[in-house]
Amino acid sequence: MTDTYLNLVNSGVTKKLAQQLGLPQPAPLRRYRAGTPLVDGPVLVLGRGKDADALAAVLAGPAGGAPGSTVLDGWDLDVHRHASPDTRYAAVVVVLTDVEHPDQLAGPVLATAGVLRGLARGGRVVTVSREATPDDAPALAAARQGVDGLLRSLAKELRGGATGNGVVLREGVPVTAPSTLGAVRFFLSARSAFVDGQLLTVDSDAGALPASWDRPLEGRVAVVTGAARGIGASIAATLARDGATVVAVDVPAAGEQLAAVANRVHGTALQLDVTAQDAGARILAHALQRHGRLDVVVHNAGITRDKLLANMTPDKWDSVLAVNIASQLRINEALLTSGDFADEPRIVSLASTSGIAGNRGQTNYAASKGGVIGMVRATAPLLVPFGGTANAVAPGFIETEMTARIPALTRQVARRLNSLQQGGQPVDVAEAVAFLASPAAGGIVGRTLRVCGQNMVGQ
Amino acid sequence: MAPSPRKPPTPTAPTTRRALVLGGNRIPFARAGGAYAHASNQDMLTAALDGLVARYGLQGERIGEVAAGAVLKHSRDFNLTRESVLGSALSPTTPAYDVQQACATGLESVVGLANKIRLGQLESGIAGGVDTTSDAPIAVSDRLRRTLLDLSRAKTVGQRVAVAARLRPKDLAPAAPRTDEPRTGLSMGEHQALTTAQWGITREAQDELALASHQRLAAAWDAGFFDDLVTPFRGQTRDGNLRADTSLEKLAKLRPAFGLGLDTPATMTAGNSTPLTDGASTVLLGSDEWAAAHDLTPLAVVVDAEAAAVDFVHGVDGLLMAPVFAVPRLLARNGLTLDDLDYVEIHEAFASTVLTTLAAWESDQFGKERLGLDGAFGTVDRARLNVHGSSLAAGHPFAATGGRIVATVSKELHRRKQAEGRPVRALVSVCAAGGLGLTAILEAA
Repeated sequence: MTDTYLNLVNSGVTKKLAQQLGLPQPAPLRRYRAGTPLVDGPVLVLGRGKDADALAAVLAGPAGGAPGSTVLDGWDLDVHRHASPDTRYAAVVVVLTDVEHPDQLAGPVLATAGVLRGLARGGRVVTVSREATPDDAPALAAARQGVDGLLRSLAKELRGGATGNGVVLREGVPVTAPSTLGAVRFFLSARSAFVDGQLLTVDSDAGALPASWDRPLEGRVAVVTGAARGIGASIAATLARDGATVVAVDVPAAGEQLAAVANRVHGTALQLDVTAQDAGARILAHALQRHGRLDVVVHNAGITRDKLLANMTPDKWDSVLAVNIASQLRINEALLTSGDFADEPRIVSLASTSGIAGNRGQTNYAASKGGVIGMVRATAPLLVPFGGTANAVAPGFIETEMTARIPALTRQVARRLNSLQQGGQPVDVAEAVAFLASPAAGGIVGRTLRVCGQNMVGQ
Repeated sequence: MAPSPRKPPTPTAPTTRRALVLGGNRIPFARAGGAYAHASNQDMLTAALDGLVARYGLQGERIGEVAAGAVLKHSRDFNLTRESVLGSALSPTTPAYDVQQACATGLESVVGLANKIRLGQLESGIAGGVDTTSDAPIAVSDRLRRTLLDLSRAKTVGQRVAVAARLRPKDLAPAAPRTDEPRTGLSMGEHQALTTAQWGITREAQDELALASHQRLAAAWDAGFFDDLVTPFRGQTRDGNLRADTSLEKLAKLRPAFGLGLDTPATMTAGNSTPLTDGASTVLLGSDEWAAAHDLTPLAVVVDAEAAAVDFVHGVDGLLMAPVFAVPRLLARNGLTLDDLDYVEIHEAFASTVLTTLAAWESDQFGKERLGLDGAFGTVDRARLNVHGSSLAAGHPFAATGGRIVATVSKELHRRKQAEGRPVRALVSVCAAGGLGLTAILEAA
């Protein structure tokens, strides 16, 4: 879907006019293309401790580290440890894992402040900090929790398509854990174009670094439900691009579009209603028989039947709950008890910002999507013994056929209500799904990552 | 079964191997002038191929050969199958050829490719068929055509004027496509009306068969049986002709459409005859080796096939009665009787086609005099006949019917064998214009 306003404020006379009037000026976002650099310029790594040094070493290290070497494969970036004057930084990584008192935030935060005006378009600020827990000393907890407010506010100040996101490590998780590096890399990259103002927690040092950052899903077999169009079709394409063999699932009635998706991604089409009692068994049988294994399940199929609760009917309530959450629970149970979904499996479910912040007219939808968030939290620990995990992605306003049906004015307003002042693209959701499906996300357990451009509502 | 007058030749040379049905795909069949009114044969065949490719992950695959055809075909579609392959997700290096055997086209495509696989000429093949009566070719009259050709050969103005002067206004009327029999001028329905009368088939029996067809096809759709056999096309998600809620009462109200000029009561209606239909179907075939290399589950083996033809112009046999002769020969060659068949698929060109076929097989006199047997050929258990419905309910896009039947019954054979673990067999029988009939035996792989 075209965002005409975005095009207007980025070109010619209308750009100048918008500047003079002080209108919102959404920037075209940098998006991932294979073969392009991770970041477009030098990266400033701030922080004084061992963690900052270790992370800087990975970012600056040579790519393809010597075979057998214990040194991590480097990312070959131009890393600075002190801000150089007049340098346009592509990214700032602020390592705050060693702060013990709010007083200690000033140093790295004010150093970050000094380079923000020169941050490149589409730049990145990534904080790396530790989770605050009730067991922490009060000052420690205050310092750690302070990062939360700091990052969310900072992200709201960034312009020009730049984003700010944080990686939060649970106690004991090293800064070089696969999921820490995976999350830092995801936030630095163009793959996270529409993820803004989010803090993603890394729970453990499980997971593995991929052999190739460009094709992290090589050799993996992924099922995507609701794959015939919109976000699902984009997820199928993105997982295939990352190396996965894709089984595209949708209801039989959507078979024509589903076949086109399957043929585009060189996968297979499985016409199936996810609410069928045997859906899990049929998905597993298809994947095993045709592709020899099943590693990733993306629960994307979903419907809306909006009604104010006062006007809600049983069929509208029941159908939304049946498709959006009950089917996922049933399929997961079939997979988990099969014994054939046990080689570092990944479940990624589609939640929604409606499930977090609520949305008028969507009690049924929000109940189902809130349910998804609870479901992945409780499902992930069941997969951990197999090196697996389950997580969710919560999209905000995404430009799809569904949102194109929102009345024009409402749509314009809805698009601007986030820090990036625009709607996201289906591929932005797909990139987050692909990251959570990747080997590097093994230490992210039961979390929900928002892809909303830091929508003003909710957490 | 009684022995034939002559000993049948020894079947199947020992050097051949199995040819397998590995799957199928069709688009839902639509009534003529419906959802596919503006779709060409090539559009529909390409869609059916693409759905097959998507289901089995054959993108970019070089298939050994694709064989398909259409009964009603534009002259520009001389290479219809190859053009459809080029428009599909298959490798453009996949060879293809067109087949035409009237309504037996689809089944003949299956048999031809299966034989090549059995011989080792092919590892894989896709058989198919397509037809549209909505986008049928319309030709100019023969006089106009000849005049235009003569005009192109005329050298002087005088010659051109002379040629053009031959034209009469009625020559300008377009010639609509006809499926009438060229030698009798009778439509297929009128031919079948003669056969229906000859065998004394009642209106009630025909309506009951039509009702069963609709009920069984509807049940199969409701059970999701077609989820991995059909891919929707242009908004059509189920067979457009299917009337799940039809009843004997509703069928009984329809006025007869054929045989109105005969001495006997007219019994054939729009309800117990197939309507004009648009659609396309495909069947994936391969060797055991190819199936294993592509992680495909063999559904059925194409065991044997037999064609027959009747002299409907001069003889006593009805136009669509050729399978009556093909099947006894086919079963004898394979040492089988009707009782050895778990499924019998008889294409429902008309309800009475199926019923006259069964009547001929049940007749002692016919068995002795025409089939050279000691008595009646046998009886088909109705519970095994067209178990998921057939053309009366699904519709009948001429060349696409064979592929529909083969894919449907192959899935059913596989399912039955999985459940019961014993050999399971099916007979497929398709009648065709020109007094043709083609029949085949499939066995669960």
